[in-house]
Amino acid sequence: MLTTLGLAAFVVYATARVFQQDHYWVGEYHYLTPFYSPCLAAQCVPEASLFGRIPVEFPPLVPYALLSLPILLLFRVTCYYYRKAYYRSIWQAPTACAVQEPHRTYTGETRPLMLGQNGHRYFFYLVVAITLINTWDMAVPFFHGTDGGFGVGLGNIIMFVNVLMLWAYTLGCHSCRHVMGGRLKSFGKHPVRYWLWSRISVLNSRHMLFGWLSIATLMTTDFYVSLMASGTITDLRLFN
Amino acid sequence: MTERTFRVWRGSGENGELTDYTVEVNEGEVVLDVLHRLQATQVPDLAVRWNCKAGKCGSCSVEINGMPRLSCMTRMSVFGPDETVTVTPMRTFPVVRDLVCDVSYNYEKAREIPAFTPDPKTSPGDFRMQQQDVERSQEFRKCIECFLCNNVCHVIRDHEENKEHFSGPRYLMRVAELEMHPEDTADRRQIAQDEFGMGYCNITKCCTEVCPEGIRITDNALIPLKERVADRKYDPLVWLGNTIGRRPKDTPIVPNTRRPAEEE
Repeated sequence: MLTTLGLAAFVVYATARVFQQDHYWVGEYHYLTPFYSPCLAAQCVPEASLFGRIPVEFPPLVPYALLSLPILLLFRVTCYYYRKAYYRSIWQAPTACAVQEPHRTYTGETRPLMLGQNGHRYFFYLVVAITLINTWDMAVPFFHGTDGGFGVGLGNIIMFVNVLMLWAYTLGCHSCRHVMGGRLKSFGKHPVRYWLWSRISVLNSRHMLFGWLSIATLMTTDFYVSLMASGTITDLRLFN
Repeated sequence: MTERTFRVWRGSGENGELTDYTVEVNEGEVVLDVLHRLQATQVPDLAVRWNCKAGKCGSCSVEINGMPRLSCMTRMSVFGPDETVTVTPMRTFPVVRDLVCDVSYNYEKAREIPAFTPDPKTSPGDFRMQQQDVERSQEFRKCIECFLCNNVCHVIRDHEENKEHFSGPRYLMRVAELEMHPEDTADRRQIAQDEFGMGYCNITKCCTEVCPEGIRITDNALIPLKERVADRKYDPLVWLGNTIGRRPKDTPIVPNTRRPAEEE
């Protein structure tokens, strides 16, 4: 129940925000919400489009971050933790351990529609690129303080924590663990990859935690930026 | 000493029923102790499978208040003072009598897995394994074959028809263990998906939750095996290799381990 509510809250909030096409950029400090990164539409504020724009005006209800959002969504949908979460809480297969499931037949992930779950690794590769972009988005505002130059505000800290959580979630992914060393038959012959695998395993054992924390920090970052962009609040500046 | 109500499954799977007993319970006892007292004082014909009473033989698997557990490792102190303790046999396997199941499904599935296949050019004394490789498969070797994981897995627990095509977490873990063995040369990835039903697993982690040995079955065996299957079956480069003729050598299941269709 809590899982369903948590996922639903995120989906409702994210859907409302990505289709809003507004309040995504704080020009004064160069804060860009992760839900609009990279901003691709011709309508995007030029400074917000750190990686260029497509010379096409996006019609209403088309997200400005048209490229990254589907990848991020599919990465989370095919994630081994989220699969467990929604198979249990939404699909009820099973509702809980040892509780009879309500379906008459069950084919798991063997049918063509569900075989797509095996593509998790490809979404992982793409999401690493998007997380690098998010990291860049997070770094840029540090060099746009109130009087120009280096500055730190609450927004910077929120964005920094968000990026930290995104990396912890992305690198703790089971596909990443497999690619880094899990696919090997022998760890002894590949000490560097074994070391990488063991570090990833630390993150991987907390994959659920980082999955939820990253959702929370994504929403917090977006909400904070949207409040500033709409003029509701001003950034709490700690330095410059 | 207190008295507790035990509701125990009596009879076979089809003609059985839950029967209530009031039985003495002492401090520090486990469910299996109480079942033994029941057997000694009230129902001498109660069938209970057990052996070590130390959580190491995997014999006393039952369902206690609906959860698959070892009766020798379930302390009476975990229940409320007036809570009725319901003990039923494992639901996934046919009941022989009372709390005893026929678990031969598991042995049939075990036989189908191609055994450890070292390079024929090597002899037993040639192997040198690093500690980290030993540790990796050592986790899976902790398995006591209590079959609680196979029992709780909804793929076969709720769908009898899947038993033919699904080996259950226990034996998919065995496949994963062999696939991770540095000296093994067989390739079981194709059969893991096609014959042992890796695709049926939807990684809902109940097997890990009930494992009395604390083996992280899903994270360390099933998901890595799913990723290995993806390497073999759902990787475009491998597909291209297959198409132009560089076909990897897949190991088939052990011959003559599946019953002919007419006997089913």
